[in-house]
Amino acid sequence: MRPLKIIVLAKQVPDTRHVGPDAMKPDGTVNRGKLSTVFNPDDLHALELALNIKDRIPGTQVTILTMGPQKAADIIREGYYRGVDDGIMISDRRFGGADTLATSYTIVQAIKKIADYDLIVGGRQAIDGDTAQVGPQCADKLNIPQVTYVEEILEIKEDEIIARRRLETGVETVSAPYPVLMTVHGSSPDCRSRKAKKVMKYKYARTKTEMRKGDPVLEALHLKRPHLVIPEWSVEDINADVTKIGLAGSPTKVKSVSSIVLTATESKVLTDSDSDIEGMIKELIKHHTIG
Amino acid sequence: MNNFFTDTPDFKFHLKDPIVQKIVKLKEDNFKQSEEFDFAPLNHDDAIDTYEKILEIVGDICANTIATNAESVDIEGPHIENNEVIYAKGTTEDYKALYDAGLIGMSLPRKYGGLNFPLLPYVMAAEMVARADAGFANIWGLQDCAETIYEFGSEEQKDKFLPRFNRDGATAAMVLTEPDAGSDLQAVKLKATYNEEKKIWILNGVKRFITNGDADISLVLARSEEGTSDARGLSMFIYDRNDHAVEVRHLEKKLGIKGSPTCELVFKDAPAELVGKERFGLIKYVMSLMNSARLGVGAQSVGLADAAYREALKYAEERAQFGKVIANFPAVYEMLTNMKVRIDALRSLLYETTRFVDILKAYEEVMKDRKLEKEERMEMKHYGKLSNVFTPLIKLTASEACNKIAYDSLQVHGGTGFMKDFPIERIYRDARITSIYEGTSQLQAVAAIKGVTTGVFLEQIKAYDTEVSDKNCEIRTKLHKMAEEYQTIAQRVIEQNSNELIDFHSTRLVEMAGNIIMGYLLVLNSQKDEKFVKTARLFVNLVRSENKERFDYMSGFSLENLEMYKDIDLEVLQH
Repeated sequence: MRPLKIIVLAKQVPDTRHVGPDAMKPDGTVNRGKLSTVFNPDDLHALELALNIKDRIPGTQVTILTMGPQKAADIIREGYYRGVDDGIMISDRRFGGADTLATSYTIVQAIKKIADYDLIVGGRQAIDGDTAQVGPQCADKLNIPQVTYVEEILEIKEDEIIARRRLETGVETVSAPYPVLMTVHGSSPDCRSRKAKKVMKYKYARTKTEMRKGDPVLEALHLKRPHLVIPEWSVEDINADVTKIGLAGSPTKVKSVSSIVLTATESKVLTDSDSDIEGMIKELIKHHTIG
Repeated sequence: MNNFFTDTPDFKFHLKDPIVQKIVKLKEDNFKQSEEFDFAPLNHDDAIDTYEKILEIVGDICANTIATNAESVDIEGPHIENNEVIYAKGTTEDYKALYDAGLIGMSLPRKYGGLNFPLLPYVMAAEMVARADAGFANIWGLQDCAETIYEFGSEEQKDKFLPRFNRDGATAAMVLTEPDAGSDLQAVKLKATYNEEKKIWILNGVKRFITNGDADISLVLARSEEGTSDARGLSMFIYDRNDHAVEVRHLEKKLGIKGSPTCELVFKDAPAELVGKERFGLIKYVMSLMNSARLGVGAQSVGLADAAYREALKYAEERAQFGKVIANFPAVYEMLTNMKVRIDALRSLLYETTRFVDILKAYEEVMKDRKLEKEERMEMKHYGKLSNVFTPLIKLTASEACNKIAYDSLQVHGGTGFMKDFPIERIYRDARITSIYEGTSQLQAVAAIKGVTTGVFLEQIKAYDTEVSDKNCEIRTKLHKMAEEYQTIAQRVIEQNSNELIDFHSTRLVEMAGNIIMGYLLVLNSQKDEKFVKTARLFVNLVRSENKERFDYMSGFSLENLEMYKDIDLEVLQH
């Protein structure tokens, strides 16, 4: 099998799993300054899926692509630590405030610039917006097939790739021709850990903007080791239409956000007897809650 | 995500010790390596940052893979299939995770695929692995054998065997013990004969109690000189598992560390390569290997102790009796605090010892390339002396303390701790071996007593004393008193001119010195970090009375008393 060219779409998100008391502003929007950031969990699964293909087919090239503020360069470094070949950062103030439509447009412009790829993978959804829209929108804009909720790549053939999808009601095996976009489900294998030597090699990888802080030691090092320069693409670099990006390109407008507290309207008290438990299991299966 | 590195701030603290500057500089050849290797550190801060980042990976794998597999590994254990040791499923996963992360051969030089880590961060990694699963720590920790090949092997042997550790994840074993040669390795019989025709050494015989005996690369102690019966007839060999000339006859059934296979091996015309020179097997190479292994058991003991303490703390904070959580009862909070205090002390001693060994090793390495300056030679000698007595000291004190801490932790759990419901039951069993293997506590005392008789411990105590600041005068007075007692009683025992009497009291004397040393280390720590202030005070109070007890016992002891101990009543065996 020939080596593949894979693009991993990854996002830096607020760590919503460790939320403090002031995580939300009074107006109901996220107080990003108060939340630490993490690699979006589903995207880590996508990264693993790509690296796994690289293990299976030596020579496979994995490029990690992220869009975000400067701090998001952490995502690229994390990718290097775990084994990607290249990283590209899409960063420009004008991209800020994008909804899914503007985001997918921006990412697609970058992918078009990369041009040569067989497979694009991303997480099923990000834990900040939970939309699960960006992946499918990208596939649509690129006019390529998409396979969502992928759990495992079963077979990689010359002209098609076969994957298992994890759905609410079971699993589905599908095949798709290249190039194809896949979104990866959290039930797929966890991402491998960082590799010691890669951490040592790439810990000083920086974008040009990050380098503006002016550190003579790092500057000298970057001249000597070009692999430490993370490419950074602006609006012009990806030839984007400014009316389709950022806030201006986002038709989604948040009118208001309110906090909903769910209350139980109906509850049942069960004892720990076998018959009660059995009854509950039967009822849950009947309502398709489990099974 | 849980992480055993980030949840233990002591690691970063111990990496900050000023002497580490020297270690890193020597180890990194004054940072010249960064010209050749793009993953070598540029300067000291870069090196420390790298160690921390790599230890964070270890901490992640320990917390999220190794610790979670520990229970199933303990239940499943290894087995033999077609003359091959098959690890428990979890063990294989653990090893793969560390191998994938590039953490095999951490302290090997870069040209052999290693990370060129000093011992300090490597031993920290070992502590974390042991906290996660002490049995697995043996399998991973046997990469120490690579160090021995590096130190004493030929260039060809280094090129042949060393790259396999990091590249292929080769496992290793130290094959020393035999049915009749346990503590007394001079009695080793496994026969090595030189085949003139094929120009190779051939091994024949039986080895027993071999940890990870079916490893890829084994260091074997064998008798190469026919007709000899002592240490001078023994040589060290490398056996490569790819030669398939060893039968794994039996796996021991054990009390603890069940994930680590303990093998009985039969060498059948097994081809092997001689390491270094003939006849130096035991007297030089095994001694060196043993010293690293002892430091390893020190780390394993501290890791186990920490695991036991955390289990006790968690349980005591959750379990309520008589209307309140049990951590609020004096009997329980005393146990918990004493555990913590002891762990802080042991860890300080462990990393102090490691730093001594590190400097020694770094100079040995420099010596390969150039002659040492006079000052450097003196320093190397100084740290060599300290390493020789601190290594058995940490092995002895940490292993004994980890057993006590595991005992207390199980006690905190009450009846539940005796059941297989909580990890403490496994930790308690796993801890038991630490004071036995790689030399029993009694043998460590025999090695460490030299620190008492030659005055090395006392000299070091005096050196620490000069660093104590005036604000700690109260605690320093207590330590002075302890040191005085120690000096008096050690003198009194030595003056009686009886090696037997010294042997008899060796553990007591060594432990007294160890307590004073740990007391000083904690006081010095407290001068750098507030959190050790309380620990230092509690520890000194605790061990002051322990030392007093030993002092009193030895004070009233004369040579004649020994006789009473020799007169053992054998009647009970007659029936």
